[in-house]
Amino acid sequence: MIKFDHVSKRYSEVGDALVDVSFTMTKGEMVFLTGPSGAGKSTLLKLIARVESVSRGQVFLEGQNLNRISEREVPFIRRKMGLIFQDYKLLNDRTVADNIALPLLIAGYSHQDIKRRVRAVLDKVGLAGKEKSYPLSLSGGEQQRVGIARAVVNKPSVILADEPTGNLDPVLATEIMHLFKQFKQVGVTVLIATHDLSQVIDSGCRQLTLEQGRLVSD
Amino acid sequence: MVHLQALLFSLGQQLRTPFSSLLTIAVLSISIALSGTFYLAVKNITHLTGHLESSNQITLFLGQQVSDQDGRWLLTRLEKHRNIQSTRFITKTEGLKDFEQFSGFGDALKALSRNPLPMVIQVFPRLSLTTPQQLQQLLDELKALPEVAVAKIDMQWVQRLKAIIVLAERGVLVLASILSFAVIFITGNTIRLELQNRQEEVVIAKLVGATNGFIARPFLYSGFWYGLLAGLLAWLMITGLMALLQPPMEQLMTLYLGYQEVVFLSVWDSVILLVVSAALGVLGSWGVLVSQLSRLTPE
Repeated sequence: MIKFDHVSKRYSEVGDALVDVSFTMTKGEMVFLTGPSGAGKSTLLKLIARVESVSRGQVFLEGQNLNRISEREVPFIRRKMGLIFQDYKLLNDRTVADNIALPLLIAGYSHQDIKRRVRAVLDKVGLAGKEKSYPLSLSGGEQQRVGIARAVVNKPSVILADEPTGNLDPVLATEIMHLFKQFKQVGVTVLIATHDLSQVIDSGCRQLTLEQGRLVSD
Repeated sequence: MVHLQALLFSLGQQLRTPFSSLLTIAVLSISIALSGTFYLAVKNITHLTGHLESSNQITLFLGQQVSDQDGRWLLTRLEKHRNIQSTRFITKTEGLKDFEQFSGFGDALKALSRNPLPMVIQVFPRLSLTTPQQLQQLLDELKALPEVAVAKIDMQWVQRLKAIIVLAERGVLVLASILSFAVIFITGNTIRLELQNRQEEVVIAKLVGATNGFIARPFLYSGFWYGLLAGLLAWLMITGLMALLQPPMEQLMTLYLGYQEVVFLSVWDSVILLVVSAALGVLGSWGVLVSQLSRLTPE
């Protein structure tokens, strides 16, 4: 599903972010990416989302070599994945429903479909009835669940989450992790970058550890 | 949800910031109205010269030795000429009468023993003769007639006026081109600011798989509306200006020409004005989007 083949990423300003990273994730696998801040976790996720491109090596998504994807094709690659961020990245001047509908709108779904899917996904993340609320009127945990709803509304095959519980207290964090496990159970590949080791150990999932850009344990 | 698209990325943005949108539209419309007014001025002058040209006439002064009979014989020949619409014969006596009446030198003429005025034939060329070359050709032909001493055409000032109009038409073209660029740049800058204000939104849209085309569309609509609304406002300005100028212009024309006809923007002119304005708005925003959108990337 996701394959890194001797991938290095070097930023001209700060030097090596990733050095010779290789690993493979199978479909439906849930993996935690851990390590201290600055170890390269975010960079690794950005390479999959094609926000950044590799300096050396190759990244494959569903067998597709991301090095060979043109700028024009990048949006279509991103539609296969749901991205979740520590700061939620919601549009605060739009309602919850509008935020969640954005990927569907972009993919050209009909209004009927959009309505139905948004309602279904809100149910799943436990925010039924909050369609018309604005993000800033919600708690942090609720906002992140809006972010997750937006990421999964398009039924992506991959979920990439960058510190999804970084701004949440342990109880809320556990709830969010529980959601991710549900997606894994329906066959979605989930890659979560986090430094919250307690969540990782509880989950019993595979763990990739980065240190100074190198993969030190798998 | 039905209005989601409009809510998310749309021309509704202009209504959210009515003041700044109105300012932009006002500036744009002044640029457009300037070109339009100048165009209309030239159009009015051209329209006038159209009438003037049809008043072209050639005056033939026959030689002193030509007898009345020969003069009339020439007249009948001229009337059959394919390039001549009509003629008017002025005998020596008639000429003298006119001269006495209009010149004020009537008493001086009475002192002369005989009538010094020549016979005159006024020739009105066919209206199909429109170019100066055609008229010149006819003039040369008539000049060569043995009975004709002098042939004159009062055309030089028409030619000068035409040359001025050609220059003015060029001027309109140049001015309109320059102001078109102004419209493109003003719209472009406005769209750039909008893009900057909605940077976060653009980046998020990109992260969830939006193509540049999807993101650009509402901004292009925005440019279209700026252009179209500015065009409409410009049309109102031009028409209002013409309505204000119409009475004095008509008075002036009546005094000088004996008739009056002020030309406004035609339906066709108005359609072109609006289409071009809207197109320039789209062009301005398109230019900015092409150069700026690829730079707005997620971090």
